[in-house]
Amino acid sequence: MFDRDALLSLEQQKDAWERGPVAKTLEQFGERSEQFRTTSELPVERLYTPLELAEADYQRDQGLPGEYPFTRGIQPTMYRGRLWTMRQYAGFGNAEESNRRYKYLLEQGQTGLSVAFDLPTQIGYDSDHSLSRGEVGKVGVAIDSLADMELLFDGIPLDQVSTSMTINAPAAILLAMYAALARKQGVALDKLRGTIQNDILKEYVARGTYIFPPQPSMRLVSDTFAFCAEQLPNWNSISISGYHMREAGCNAVQEVAFTLANAIAYVQAALEAGLDVDTFAPRLSFFFDAHNDLLEEVSKFRAARKLWARIMKERFGAVKARSQMLRFHTQTAGSALTAQQPDNNVVRVTLQALAAVLGGTQSLHTNSREEALALPTEDSVRLALRTQQVIAHESGVGNTVDPLAGSYYVEALTREIEDRVTAYIEKIDELGGTARAIEQGYIQREIQESAYTHQKEVESCERVVVGLNKYRIAEEPPTNLLRLDPEVERREREKLEQLRGRRDNAHVTTTLEGVRKAAAGRENLVPRIQEAVEAYATLGEICDVLRGEFGVHQASVVF
Amino acid sequence: MSLAEGVRRGEVRATAKLITLIENHPESAVEDLRALHPHTGNAHIVGITGSPGIGKSTLTDALAKRWRKDGAHIGIIAVDPNSPFSGGALLGDRIRMQELATDPGVFIRSMGARGRLGGLARATHNAIRVLDAGGKDVILVETVGVGQSELDIVRTADTVVVGLVPGMGDDIQTIKAGILEVADVFVINKADRPDARRLMMELQTMLDLDPERHSHWEPPIERTVATTGEGIEMLMAAIRNHWEHLTYSGELEQRRRERYAAELQSVVEDYWRMRFFEYWQREGHWEQVVEQLLRKETDPFSAARKLVAPFLDSESRRVNL
Amino acid sequence: MGEQRIRVLIAKPGLDGHDRGAKVLARALRDAGMEVIYTGLRQTPEQIAATATQEDVHVVGLSCLSGAHLELFPRVVELLKEHGADDILVLGGGTIPAEDISVLKERGVAEVFTPGASTQEVVEFVKRSVNL
Repeated sequence: MFDRDALLSLEQQKDAWERGPVAKTLEQFGERSEQFRTTSELPVERLYTPLELAEADYQRDQGLPGEYPFTRGIQPTMYRGRLWTMRQYAGFGNAEESNRRYKYLLEQGQTGLSVAFDLPTQIGYDSDHSLSRGEVGKVGVAIDSLADMELLFDGIPLDQVSTSMTINAPAAILLAMYAALARKQGVALDKLRGTIQNDILKEYVARGTYIFPPQPSMRLVSDTFAFCAEQLPNWNSISISGYHMREAGCNAVQEVAFTLANAIAYVQAALEAGLDVDTFAPRLSFFFDAHNDLLEEVSKFRAARKLWARIMKERFGAVKARSQMLRFHTQTAGSALTAQQPDNNVVRVTLQALAAVLGGTQSLHTNSREEALALPTEDSVRLALRTQQVIAHESGVGNTVDPLAGSYYVEALTREIEDRVTAYIEKIDELGGTARAIEQGYIQREIQESAYTHQKEVESCERVVVGLNKYRIAEEPPTNLLRLDPEVERREREKLEQLRGRRDNAHVTTTLEGVRKAAAGRENLVPRIQEAVEAYATLGEICDVLRGEFGVHQASVVF
Repeated sequence: MSLAEGVRRGEVRATAKLITLIENHPESAVEDLRALHPHTGNAHIVGITGSPGIGKSTLTDALAKRWRKDGAHIGIIAVDPNSPFSGGALLGDRIRMQELATDPGVFIRSMGARGRLGGLARATHNAIRVLDAGGKDVILVETVGVGQSELDIVRTADTVVVGLVPGMGDDIQTIKAGILEVADVFVINKADRPDARRLMMELQTMLDLDPERHSHWEPPIERTVATTGEGIEMLMAAIRNHWEHLTYSGELEQRRRERYAAELQSVVEDYWRMRFFEYWQREGHWEQVVEQLLRKETDPFSAARKLVAPFLDSESRRVNL
Repeated sequence: MGEQRIRVLIAKPGLDGHDRGAKVLARALRDAGMEVIYTGLRQTPEQIAATATQEDVHVVGLSCLSGAHLELFPRVVELLKEHGADDILVLGGGTIPAEDISVLKERGVAEVFTPGASTQEVVEFVKRSVNL
């Protein structure tokens, strides 16, 4: 990229600079630290110059936006054309309450919906199951049946919004409910836009909402890929997520590495199920964390795009450009929020959101200031949304494509992350792929190691967290936190009882038997699940049938 | 009521407390252990050993569940290593036994090896005694399993189950490292993996090379997928066969005779050592003697005799009193 | 001659899968010389109480970030009492609003640690509370 002679003379110049002015300054003042490192422990030099990019090749490493290897972005015009989708993850209590929050967010200028489900829903239990006690409606909305979905999207035409659903083990069931609801609203399935998370592998290592063992779970993933490819051409059949692994403690390099390794496993599973790579790959989407270290995060997003393009093209022979594009949603780092001086979180979120935008995200969720303590109030969510709107309309960073490209530091860091991720993926390949690496606990241990190191650094004040281990103040515990209605659980139980009394139970039994047969055989499960859902079989009933056929996953690796 | 009485009544709390006492203050547990001794000898003690990653806890869990179906009462002791630096330990074996936690017919205890290197903790042996006297029919003992010296389990268990897994890379080395001699039953876990057959054949070949050693009992090789329960029935049958073989061949009595002899020796040693050091804490002038050695005023052999003589005197006075 | 160790059970009651804090704390307690039993996700209060009793731990640390703490933590305290094991100290941790802390303490939880608490605070608390 640079002229050889120019580099040589620069090298001499830099050498003289280091021996002269730098040495003198160091003698007088020193530096704040012996070693500077990114959040991910990557070494940071004092100065980056063309020397660090001597091996770089613009065409090969960066290219143009919308073109392979997509380092600079997946569309030619990026935010000059359309801004990213502002999509706040929300849901709590029952369907009616969450519906009100969605309508509020849409009124405030949010452009996409993102549904948070409660834990019983995510783990396949109805609200009246004994294990659901205390959990109903807590971390998201409780959905037991299609009847709840009807309430959740009441007054929201499904062809007018794009909807992301954070649902994994029972993703096929929620997708079937959404499709059934579309049919009721008279919306054609090819008009549906949105995403199911459907990323089961990371549940085994980080998030914990698994139900079935890995093998049948991967079959469910492949079944949804095939179903979406056929019926919902504009639906993202998976959102391969690094977010939760990052939140569980891993660093930026590991986040990209483990996410791409999981993605490779999904592609392989789908290929083994007989799908053609270019039929499903365009609908694969990703989900990353935006953490505090601004420039490292920007570099991370750029490296991830480049790596995925190469994997799809070279490893899997994907031909369509869309198959090679890494499209991703970003959420700011929940684990970076502090319960102390919660207003400081607004600043953190701003920086993190900026990283996501400078990194070329397709959609973004910004966390609210009190989320280290509770679910956010309406006011806090509005402020978080406004943060995105200020970046979008006032900061000017979206007016040109990939504005940090060409920064010596960002390019060098992008390259560094790329190399380290490649080494991780090679290691995981050696272990026999991601499923085997998870089984052996390799990925879990890597994450835990990073989490523990981080904690020790915070406790020793080697890593400063403003308001937590430095600049502390005496403060009262915050008030005005969102309180959830304690009656939700009881009302959900009653609703279920009524539903079971009102529906055609013989028909429910027949359709559940259809699900069982499909699960025992090889036919695609999603259409059978859809029949059950339309008969108002509950999520728990369908999952019970699947548990009967598939068994349940027993976690085996701890440390 | 003494802890021993609680144990005899099957009380969980007393059983747990007595095991803690054995771990922390073994000398204070002697009375209870004495009271329990006549009630021991009924349980079948099964050791589960093998390298990390072979699924020992999952096998233990699956075997316990299978035995429960027959109504047997089960004790489980799972031993993990302590950190040599902090002395602490992460005991994570129970994660694979979650369903057994609330079964009143099962008692599970996690144990740190606390510096001991033979695969079990110093307290394991007496903890087994407690569970045995408390009416457990089968006691499953899961060793540390660092793949090397697992000698403790041979001295402790009636039946030693050695687990292997295909594709671990170190199969044959593990087998060579003395495991062949200690196994009463082999189990190839995760047998749904492609190279399970090969491992089985290699193992069989090695057993065939040494027919003398196994003239009375040839260790069977079972295959399981413990996570699904596949093969567990056969594994349990093999373990039971071995128990019957021990019982009817008279080997059980012989093994127990050897075990008691070894235990007696170690209890005697421990007892004397403890008494001696108690004495020396009161009367000792150790450092002076060391100085004398340094100045060549005495030699270690004479010094030792001189040190022990007054102790023996004081002991005999104590006994005569 | 035995050696004494503080024994702690770190447990995740309920359906919450966020185990970063629980695992980091487990390691910190281990590094402080304690024996730490960790039983993984999705434990019922019944399982936790039975495990604590069998393992004869000094302390049970409960971690829950889903908001189900008011339901789950006091239940563990009650069950320990039923097992005759109410000498076992119960600690709680997670995203727990200030007004819930007093409720939990009234119902037998000895101390509650909220986001930002250091593992050393917990280590010190356990060491202070357990007399070996």
